[in-house]
Amino acid sequence: MAASTAQVLSLYRKLMKESSKFPSYNYRTYALRRVQDAFRANRSVEDPKMVEQLLNQGRDNLDMIRRQVAIGKMYPTQKTIVEG
Amino acid sequence: MMRKTVTTKLLGSMRGFPSHRVNYAVNAVARELIKSRELENDELRPLYMDFQATTPMDPRVLDAMLPYQVNYYGNPHSRTHAYGWESESAMEKARKQVADLIAADPREIVFTSGATESNNMSIKGVARFYKSKKKHVITTQTEHKCVLDSCRVLEAEGFDITYLPVKTNGLVDLQLLEETIRQDTSLVSVMTVNNEIGVRQPVEDIGRICRSRNVFFHTDAAQAVGKIPINVSDWKVDLMSISGHKIYGPKGVGALYVRRRPRVRMEPLQNGGGQERGLRSGTVPTPLAVGLGAACDIAQQELEYDHSRVSMLANRLVRKIMSEIPDVVMNGDPEQRYPGCINLSFAYVEGESLLMALKDVALSSGSACTSASLEPSYVLRAIGTDEDLAHSSIRFGIGRFSTEAEVDYTADKCIQQVKRLREMSPLWEMVQEGIDLKSIKWTQH
Repeated sequence: MAASTAQVLSLYRKLMKESSKFPSYNYRTYALRRVQDAFRANRSVEDPKMVEQLLNQGRDNLDMIRRQVAIGKMYPTQKTIVEG
Repeated sequence: MMRKTVTTKLLGSMRGFPSHRVNYAVNAVARELIKSRELENDELRPLYMDFQATTPMDPRVLDAMLPYQVNYYGNPHSRTHAYGWESESAMEKARKQVADLIAADPREIVFTSGATESNNMSIKGVARFYKSKKKHVITTQTEHKCVLDSCRVLEAEGFDITYLPVKTNGLVDLQLLEETIRQDTSLVSVMTVNNEIGVRQPVEDIGRICRSRNVFFHTDAAQAVGKIPINVSDWKVDLMSISGHKIYGPKGVGALYVRRRPRVRMEPLQNGGGQERGLRSGTVPTPLAVGLGAACDIAQQELEYDHSRVSMLANRLVRKIMSEIPDVVMNGDPEQRYPGCINLSFAYVEGESLLMALKDVALSSGSACTSASLEPSYVLRAIGTDEDLAHSSIRFGIGRFSTEAEVDYTADKCIQQVKRLREMSPLWEMVQEGIDLKSIKWTQH
């Protein structure tokens, strides 16, 4: 199953959507920024094996973000000054 | 404006006092109105800019730890069942992750309860082991309190300790170090990155000197691990302390790197079942060790990205502050430093009151361990800072999770409050009028 642009974009969108759900300001901004920078940095990777590996890493990170977002929601706290 | 009249009236009666005391009094008036307490439910949380005190856990670290807090709770030293085996395998994987970050062998890593324990172990352990032939230990005046206190204990046991002074930029004088090493020196301990002023010591040179004179070299790398590239072989380091909660890992865990070739012998501090090569007995806390390993793994991957980002944010903060207000001094060498730890002294402003005024931002003056006492930081005193400036210093910490918005807010608030506090300061008034404060003869009452 060769990785297609559509797959990459779909993973990117999922990651960004999930990252924006972090209740913590610092975690949220970090996740959004890091995902964007990681995809930008790997934009020109050609080797299909490498692409597959990166996509798998991305999927693992997506699962991790889902879990951590859920945990963050379980223990809510006040917003920070820059959000208010 | 009322406040200014009140304080000026008060100060009419303080003419005989030295300047730092006057400042203290002026700002004590301001301080009384702001008391320390926990946040209310509807209050907004302050920005976290104190990354040298501790760091939030990276979500990836918590994610790695949780299974070992919930289901995989076995003791890693249980040899007879799957609970023990899976726990041990996780612990060994973590050990490898820590070792890879500093280019060491996993067998050279000992898990401890933190950098304080690692420091205690190395200094007391090595010194006591070689006690019969070697009675001299060298350290610097800017070390962490746990190193200095361990040395004090050794002094009481009959050892000879030299506390090397540092230059005004915070760096160790290599010439002086070479001259201080004696035939009976067993250990030199110099921290890699200082937690108060962010200065990075020339560890490669110190390692070279120590190796050539056959002296063990210990470095407290708690603030450096995962932030700058470390190679214990290139640096010729024999012992290195690592702290979990400084690199986005859990609190309560750390590690000690103990070189095997050439072998470093030490007397263990904690005795028991012989775990961790007999150097640190006690059940290794698997979830914490896994967290430390994950934190080290992440730090290795993110090192370049974090470093360039932290440098960018630090430059932004410093440039903004220094361009808007005069008489701000950065403590410590401007080049040989870790960018994420910035210690600024604001002349004619008292540090504690600036901190209270900046209650929207979590900052510190001096390190967390010494902020209980009212004395100025011994690190600033060691680099020769004027006592006035030492009382006016604030440490800004920038880390992986800092944002541009936070840095801008901090800079703006800082500029605003410094200007406000200086308005209230009679010393600032005098300086504006062109009076040289050093020429004033303060009389005693």
